[in-house]
Amino acid sequence: MNYFPDEVLEHVFDFVTSHRDRNAVSLVCKLWYRVERFSRERVFIGNCYAISPERVIMRFPGLKSLTLKGKPHFADFNLVPHDWGGYVQPWIEAFAKSRIGLEELRLKRMLVSDESLELLSRSFANFKSLVLVSCEGFTTDGLAAIAANCRFLRELDLQENEIDDPSGHWLSCFPESCTSLISLNFACLKGEINLAALERLVARSPNLKSLKLNRAVPLEMLQKILMRAPQLVDLGTGSFVHDPDSETYNKLKATVLNCKSIRNLSGFLEVAPRCLPAIYPICLNLTTLNLSYAAGIHGSDLVKLIRRCVKLQCLWILDCIGDKGLEVVASTCKELQELRVFPSDPFGVGHAAVTENGLVAISSGCPKLHSLLYFCQQMTNAALETVAKNCPNFIRFRLAILDPTKPDPVTMQPLDEGFGAIVRSCKRLRRLSMAGLLTDQVFLYIGMYAEQLEMLSIAFAGDSDKGMLYVLNGCKKLRKLEIRDSPFGNAALLTDVGKYETMRSLWMSSCEVTLGGCKTLAKKMPRLNVEIINEHDQMDIGPEDGVRVDKMYLYRTLDGQRKDAPEFVWTL
Amino acid sequence: MERAVNYGGDDLNLEATELRLGLPGSDGLEQKQSSPAGVRTNKRASPDVAEESRSKSNNNSVVSDAGNGGRDTAPPPKAQVVGWPPIRSFRRNSFQAKKTHEADGAGMYVKVSMDGAPYLRKVDLKLYKSYPELLKALEHMFKFTIGEYSEREGYDGSEYVPTYEDKEGDWMLVGDVPWDMFISSCKKLRIMKGSETSSLGCL
Repeated sequence: MNYFPDEVLEHVFDFVTSHRDRNAVSLVCKLWYRVERFSRERVFIGNCYAISPERVIMRFPGLKSLTLKGKPHFADFNLVPHDWGGYVQPWIEAFAKSRIGLEELRLKRMLVSDESLELLSRSFANFKSLVLVSCEGFTTDGLAAIAANCRFLRELDLQENEIDDPSGHWLSCFPESCTSLISLNFACLKGEINLAALERLVARSPNLKSLKLNRAVPLEMLQKILMRAPQLVDLGTGSFVHDPDSETYNKLKATVLNCKSIRNLSGFLEVAPRCLPAIYPICLNLTTLNLSYAAGIHGSDLVKLIRRCVKLQCLWILDCIGDKGLEVVASTCKELQELRVFPSDPFGVGHAAVTENGLVAISSGCPKLHSLLYFCQQMTNAALETVAKNCPNFIRFRLAILDPTKPDPVTMQPLDEGFGAIVRSCKRLRRLSMAGLLTDQVFLYIGMYAEQLEMLSIAFAGDSDKGMLYVLNGCKKLRKLEIRDSPFGNAALLTDVGKYETMRSLWMSSCEVTLGGCKTLAKKMPRLNVEIINEHDQMDIGPEDGVRVDKMYLYRTLDGQRKDAPEFVWTL
Repeated sequence: MERAVNYGGDDLNLEATELRLGLPGSDGLEQKQSSPAGVRTNKRASPDVAEESRSKSNNNSVVSDAGNGGRDTAPPPKAQVVGWPPIRSFRRNSFQAKKTHEADGAGMYVKVSMDGAPYLRKVDLKLYKSYPELLKALEHMFKFTIGEYSEREGYDGSEYVPTYEDKEGDWMLVGDVPWDMFISSCKKLRIMKGSETSSLGCL
């Protein structure tokens, strides 16, 4: 390969697109490292504190697309204070000062301010795509800046962000000259929308393929939008409420018939079930259906809808579908690859939920299933063993039981054997979340069989340090480990400290590790940041090493202790 | 399961009204007790504050519900463990919001009668966002026309007048109160023939 000019190598590397493959390529030799870094356009940084923006800029001067993740995963469940960190501002500042021609920014669980969005919008002439997932700290004023200043904007995708909506004018900030939009998703916005501006925007965006509306967009407007954009592939409805006997509704029915490209459907944030027949014609070709926010569709209306979706590959649904509804899914959706069943009534008495029977039905009807997120009332070992036999192809398997330490209700045994069957059978398993009554035994199985496991989430499980040690010793590819409310302590934490440099991060909360244990770890491993989150002033009076640590988050980093940690976060 | 409790009798039964911090049943009260959250073996008790306050509140319910056997009749409140079930805050918050609105999709059907029509109809008030929308739908449904509404004259000049029965059983003119107040108080609708409206008294 040394005889090829750099351009040829570069051309070959063009075909190497995945981050991991490119990382591997860069390790082969100095020449390849050099060629790779100059030709790299997309960079993924799973932990924004693992490296400084300056180093990224230095290494990849041709960077066009940056993906950053901030807070640890358990921040999703209110276990991390809002101002823990994960600010995007320093990244945008650094990139703005450099000569990087940033075109795409994808952020997850980061703190984003209106100032950051404003700076972003003004600093990169060719900026094309902004994707924000589970971020917060900004308002629609920041969106207005993006709309107004990014002349070639193609994508604005907002997924499940908490956004303050002081004024609904941001949509009007897209200039008349902006005709490049391909994807616009504002479903998570709570406030009103300038409907006329929305219609005009859609009318002048001939390349619009993906549009997800928020609750404030009524059915009449949906009809007008679909008239303007029959080429949509990806549609999220807003409010889907109207009088089914009205002229507007009839117009919608006719318009929908013209939308032959829709393959992904979501929304129904507000819905009158009698209006659903209007979308029946789309169902036949759907590959993705997300009804996880459509609490208004249940019972027979839901089943009628699902029966038409024979080509479905990805389904997100609420547990009010029930086991019976899942049986319909199993008999209808033979191409199903991903299923997520969310709780519709997480704090209620739970009569509308699914059990192990629904999952068993799915496993026998949908052999291509490889990704699962399942919130259920209960689970049995027998069911898990059946599922393991029916679906050996799981890559992601996440189970959550509404009562987190519930045993197998039939045998009153822990669910060790069931999950053991899953890891034994699913040799390609990369991500696992478990729930229910679990002892050290399940971790023994995981350590023994889950060879490809990269991410493991543990809650209320295990009996002793042995459990955690089985996992740390056995799972060679482990990257992220997050544990809450489990009896693992210093012995488990400190037995193999080198392991943590092979991982992205470790989270432990409400476990048995003590301040002393964390200090010891921090001392031995200078290239780890060991952070203690100390919210409740429990350590105010001269912290003693024997005190149990409530929340610990450690991660490998090349950047040393972070400088933006708030006062309740101590880096040891 | 019941303990005889006489609040005003000779047997004051002070024990039943005594506030304690233990779980009910821990001092010999014959309360059947389901274990709080499944079988917990060697795990340390969840440190969450919510759990503790739950057992305290259950104790209070022993006091106030002693007449019906305390915790056993109503299902125990689910242990509100912080961050469980593991759903994203955005989704969690959208549930709280939903609970404050009325139940989605349930519809708010009320009967509509029209003087002279052989049978009644039903409309879903939730389909409409304002009076004009509702009135247009009624006109469409029954094939008639209503005139303009004015605060002073009502629907003066119309052959038909829309009225409704409110929660207190009174017959009211449609249009007087704000829309949201109307849909939360309207029990049924009646489209009266104009000649009858003189009986509505002062308009």
